[in-house]
Amino acid sequence: MRCLKCRDKASVEMRRHNAAYCAPHYVDFFRSHVLRNIKSKKMFGHSEKILVAVSGGKDSLGLWDVLTHLGYKTTGLYIDLGIGEYSVRSREKSEAFADSIGGKLVVKDVREAYGEDEMGITELSKALRRAPCSGCGLTKRYVTNQVAHELGFDVLATGHNLDDETATLMGNVLHWQMGYLARQSPVLESTHVRLARKVKPLYTFTERESLSYVLIRGIDYIEEECPNAHGALSILYKEALNTIENQSPGAKSSFLMGFLDRAKPLIEAAEDVELAECIQCGEPTTAELCAFCRMWDRAKSARRLNRGKI
Amino acid sequence: MRVVLRNPRRREIQIAGNRQVLAILEELGLNPETVVVVQGGALLTRDAYVADDSSIEVISAISGGM
Repeated sequence: MRCLKCRDKASVEMRRHNAAYCAPHYVDFFRSHVLRNIKSKKMFGHSEKILVAVSGGKDSLGLWDVLTHLGYKTTGLYIDLGIGEYSVRSREKSEAFADSIGGKLVVKDVREAYGEDEMGITELSKALRRAPCSGCGLTKRYVTNQVAHELGFDVLATGHNLDDETATLMGNVLHWQMGYLARQSPVLESTHVRLARKVKPLYTFTERESLSYVLIRGIDYIEEECPNAHGALSILYKEALNTIENQSPGAKSSFLMGFLDRAKPLIEAAEDVELAECIQCGEPTTAELCAFCRMWDRAKSARRLNRGKI
Repeated sequence: MRVVLRNPRRREIQIAGNRQVLAILEELGLNPETVVVVQGGALLTRDAYVADDSSIEVISAISGGM
């Protein structure tokens, strides 16, 4: 297989584009397509301050690398979720990468900021007796919003890729989660003064394409999986979608883009919601008490109750 | 050839003969959409040939939980 640009030996093949590139031209292709996504979806401009949520994983570090090379004003945000050694190692990867690009990294530790008695995501899920991923997702959304607002960022960028987005779409369609479907988008405009615009510049790249960029660039990312992700439904959906993709190149992209272009506008119109402010923390919510406060309050009560019994 | 699987836990296996990347992945039961194959720091496409006396790494691209 030969590079589409220079006819040299190809390193990365993209069957859905009927194209392949050598390593240097793949880096050019990747960056130019991220820029195209940013511009075509009006994600942000060069004058805006962008907070990049980083986990130490390939997608978020790759995104930060691309945005830095495209000359955007970025700061990283690492949320220490208190998931044992995994959090320690992913924080180290994030800090090392920030150092390597001379970037600023904000670190927020949920145990210090919200939990009590060193309660992180693992303890939260045990206290609530629910799967860690749901509490983790809600916590990450809350913290990223809060930090972006407190530090005056215009935009919050995440490393969600095509596989993440199609797996989420599949999960939401399987359970007809109309509210979530209405809000699934590569750009979520701010609908409240305390909410930054949320963007996903990698939403058109598969995980394999994202990993290829990171490997070619020599970025040191955390390879190990979050211990809580074992058995996560998102992985099952990704496997199913990749089985289809292997037989029918372009299926994932067609699924997501078809939804965004044709189905989402109809659902969005029917699911318009009013935002209020949480009576406890002041963050935007559709209820009196926001989902984050309800969840952490419940976990703290359950933990105190359990300790009382012992 | 020596094949190092990083999935993400590392394990090593041996496969005999000169083989194409796609054939190696099929033998390992891996979907080519979900991995990147690397040889000496260079990424290989599915049609590339790997010599019997060489070594490759197969790195998982799929991450879970969101």
